[in-house]
Amino acid sequence: MSRVLSYEEKDTWIHRLSGVTKLIFFLLWSVTSMISYDTRVLLVMLVLSLVIFAMSKTKWQQVGTVFKFIMLFLCINLIAIFFFSPGQGTKIYGTETPLWHLFGHYTLTEEQLFYEFNVMLKYLTVIPAVFMFIVTTNPSEFAASMNKVGIHYNVGYSMAIALRYIPDVQDDFSKIKHAQEARGIEMSKKAPFVSRIKSMASIIFPLVFSSMDRIDVVSNAMELRGFGKHKKRTWYSARPFKRNDYLTLAFVILFVIAAFIITFRDGSRFYNPFV
Amino acid sequence: MKSKFGIKEVVAIGIGTALFVALTEVQIPLGFIPNTALQPRMALMGFLAAVFGPIVGGIVGLLGHALGDALFYGSVWWSWVFPEAVVGIVIGLFAAKFAIKDGGFATKEIVLFNIVQIVANAVAWIVVAPLLDIVIYAEPANKVFAQGAWAFLGNIIIIGILGTLIAIGYSKIGGKSSSLSKED
Repeated sequence: MSRVLSYEEKDTWIHRLSGVTKLIFFLLWSVTSMISYDTRVLLVMLVLSLVIFAMSKTKWQQVGTVFKFIMLFLCINLIAIFFFSPGQGTKIYGTETPLWHLFGHYTLTEEQLFYEFNVMLKYLTVIPAVFMFIVTTNPSEFAASMNKVGIHYNVGYSMAIALRYIPDVQDDFSKIKHAQEARGIEMSKKAPFVSRIKSMASIIFPLVFSSMDRIDVVSNAMELRGFGKHKKRTWYSARPFKRNDYLTLAFVILFVIAAFIITFRDGSRFYNPFV
Repeated sequence: MKSKFGIKEVVAIGIGTALFVALTEVQIPLGFIPNTALQPRMALMGFLAAVFGPIVGGIVGLLGHALGDALFYGSVWWSWVFPEAVVGIVIGLFAAKFAIKDGGFATKEIVLFNIVQIVANAVAWIVVAPLLDIVIYAEPANKVFAQGAWAFLGNIIIIGILGTLIAIGYSKIGGKSSSLSKED
């Protein structure tokens, strides 16, 4: 599958971090970018995530297609916000500086542009963090380190199985799809809407049923090997917390606190340059 | 229902999530409202929740949506991840009633399944998702409610048709063993 992000083995300090560190970083990072509408905080975050992204030596080929896809969604979303609510910026920032009258009650204002610029920033700050997390985290190492920090190994195992089986299921999917196409089922955009749903079902049915079988097979195999017998288990690819892990965590926690202080200092989550 | 969490549930969450993520790619666009489409993965989640219960349903929704978005779109829209879990949990709560594994998924259960899924989707997409959108992302109210309403419609259609059909089909296959009764 070409269009999907996946882990790639490399040797940078980001790759050597424990998976849990990267997960915590990613979660805190996205929470901050979710909550804060402070343009200064968001800009700093954007620059930082670009720096980190560059340090992880991720190649454009690994993420390019996905990135273009996101940009498309972002543009559609920004346009939709304008059409649904051209006055949202004015409502938030309290002033109105018209730039350009379009038609009807659609007037482009500076406030609206600024608000949508912030929405865009929020999107952009998360993207490098997601890319970095997915592209630099080894799935089995991740499950092992989740257990190391005290999460029950059942959870780690579910996660590991999910990551492990995504390529398999995708493989099954395209095999079934090709088989059905060979039998004359039209899957492209040429087919009308209803028959596309029908042909979709003819792929999903075998896929779901074979996966249900797979659930039985895998869980029987695990049961036979005594999975879940003991409270603890050992891991092949566990990675202990090192100095860099603690440094990264300390950095992200301090950063989040600072970001929140700056954002909420004036009592609102919006940074208002208009008053 | 008794909420047991055994090996089967661990594996069901894993493979269910993998399936959910793989199906993220499969979408049938629905009108011009951005980022909403008929999502066969919703039917899958409804089905898994109905078979394995609320924990599996909820986690597959949460993990699957977050992971699927991250892998395919490179960003996670959290305010739409949690409603997904809500749908899974609500449908899963009635798992014992559907008796899909025992081959008992007949007319009465089908009706119940669809009532439950419509209520679950209504709560998730018309209430939870737009509210989170407004609280977290400060998006315009009318836009998010329009998106929510479309998502609601799309999801009840896809779960109602595809989800129900999968459940009926699986119930027929899985039901064969239930003709045997245990002797004491």
